[in-house]
Amino acid sequence: MPTSPAEPPAAPYDVAVVGAGPAGLAAAATAADAGLTVALVDDGPRPGGQYYRHPAPGLGARRPQALHHGWPAFVGLLGRLRAHRAGGRVRHLTERQVWTVQEAHDHPGRWTLHTAPTVPPQAAPRPGEPTTGEAPHETVRAHRLVLATGTYERQLPFPGWTLPGVVGAGGAQAMVKSGLVLPGRSVVVAGSGPLLLAVAATLSAAGARVPRVLEAGGYLSYAHRPGPLLRNPGKIAEGARHAAALARRRVRLSTRTAVVRAHGTDRVTGVTVARLDEDWRPVPGTEQHLPCDALAVGHGLVPQLELALELGCQTRTAPDGTPAVMVDAALRTSVAGVWAAGETTGVGGAPLALREGELAAREIAAAARGASAAGWTTAGLRARVARLRAFADLMAEVHRPGPGWTGWLREDTEICRCEEVDAAAVRAAADTYGATDTRTVKLLTRAGMGWCQGRMCGPAVSCLAAGSGRAPVSADRRPLARPVPLARLARLPEPAPPRPDEHT
Amino acid sequence: MPRDPAGLVRSRPQPAISIDYAGSTLPALPGQSIAAALWAAGVLSWRTTRDGRRPRGAFCGIGVCFDCLITVNGRPNQRACLVPARDGDTVTPQEGHGRADLAR
Repeated sequence: MPTSPAEPPAAPYDVAVVGAGPAGLAAAATAADAGLTVALVDDGPRPGGQYYRHPAPGLGARRPQALHHGWPAFVGLLGRLRAHRAGGRVRHLTERQVWTVQEAHDHPGRWTLHTAPTVPPQAAPRPGEPTTGEAPHETVRAHRLVLATGTYERQLPFPGWTLPGVVGAGGAQAMVKSGLVLPGRSVVVAGSGPLLLAVAATLSAAGARVPRVLEAGGYLSYAHRPGPLLRNPGKIAEGARHAAALARRRVRLSTRTAVVRAHGTDRVTGVTVARLDEDWRPVPGTEQHLPCDALAVGHGLVPQLELALELGCQTRTAPDGTPAVMVDAALRTSVAGVWAAGETTGVGGAPLALREGELAAREIAAAARGASAAGWTTAGLRARVARLRAFADLMAEVHRPGPGWTGWLREDTEICRCEEVDAAAVRAAADTYGATDTRTVKLLTRAGMGWCQGRMCGPAVSCLAAGSGRAPVSADRRPLARPVPLARLARLPEPAPPRPDEHT
Repeated sequence: MPRDPAGLVRSRPQPAISIDYAGSTLPALPGQSIAAALWAAGVLSWRTTRDGRRPRGAFCGIGVCFDCLITVNGRPNQRACLVPARDGDTVTPQEGHGRADLAR
């Protein structure tokens, strides 16, 4: 068994960026433009994150942009990244997940990022060889840290949601974008949030029939606060583009409507949809059956905050009820030396993420140089970020789940997919045993204790524990950002104690 | 001509590879994940849960939900949505925790 490599002798990077989606790419390219050395660590095999996810070279896609908006911006970033890699200023570590970050006090380079391959080596183990999948470890040291860790999808359970053929809306889009495959021929798209329109447009352009798009919220609510919309004409254009694409394919959008049950035994064969009242309570008597062979469902996005929470960054509850890292106008978190950009600071879409990545890098460059007059150089960018953030907040509020969605749960509806815990058990934990938070529900029922560590059931458990479907998503601390073998954990160096002059 | 994802991006893929799935040979395109290769063959579930023995497959598609766990070349609990398909891989549906070998 090879031993763990010693602390790498290489000099620390000026900046480590975690995540190579729109925000991380923009941050890495901009920091390198400013002359800083950058380590860009990403769990994917290719840059782009989920937004710019695209097929591997082997699939020979000659027009990957057919699955994307804003592709030229991505191509521009890739060009800058390539030049900086060739120039030795950027190191891009692909297919590596940061599973923990340690703060050092006894050597230069404040942050040490511990990474493990996203996918362990796949060679067949020889007889007698352990199959733990423990993979080579690599550490990266840097003076400053940018967290651009993106999101995953918020799921709200309903009867039948664990059937094969029921997939995340973002998941269906990810599978098309990278694998050029569809989950079925006839795909209902449901949930809430503007991502649904993009997913429906993608699936439909890729050849699926989309019998219906069901939005649980209402797009008319945007009109109640026209300010942010009028200041962001690009967002109106984006909405109009999706609407036109759907109309062209004769895809019908129903608002204030939800899938309240998926039917089938080994895979989904159809769904029951129902009208919702203002509070997202299903209206009895409005049920309708829609045949389909797949359902793409999701209720917005949840920022991935494992590293931020581990580092102690303060969070806020965004208007969609999800936790987000709190940042100041320079995108500094509450922890000195740590910046955050993109969806990590609150879901707001790719254009905002690109600008936040750029802004974080420019602020870092100014801080690194100790430039006191740097304020004016970023003032314009800060204003654009603030304008886009105002729209993101409106969008988040419009699509936030209403208090009544739990009305479509049945007692035997699975809440936790990993540990197979149903609604009756979670409700009993809350009602009979007095649990009011996800952690207590987990200890009583195992909901959230499985492989996904509560990422899928967490939003629902938060609601059931609080007794309201509008309850904020709990900012659960997970000591490790991804599962690692115990042997690896045992070899983690003990962090040096802080010097007396620090953290006083 | 029916629309499909490959046509949409004008895909001109490298020659297909093949993987063994549950005793049958399935084609895959180089660069596809195991989950994508299975979807392309119309297979949507390849795992049964530990308690209810219920069928599961890819759900989140980005490596977060771990619902798509599968045994690849004898190694259980691999995320099919992340593991690239390689020519000659032996892919086995996973039952329960995938560690029945330890009970022997």
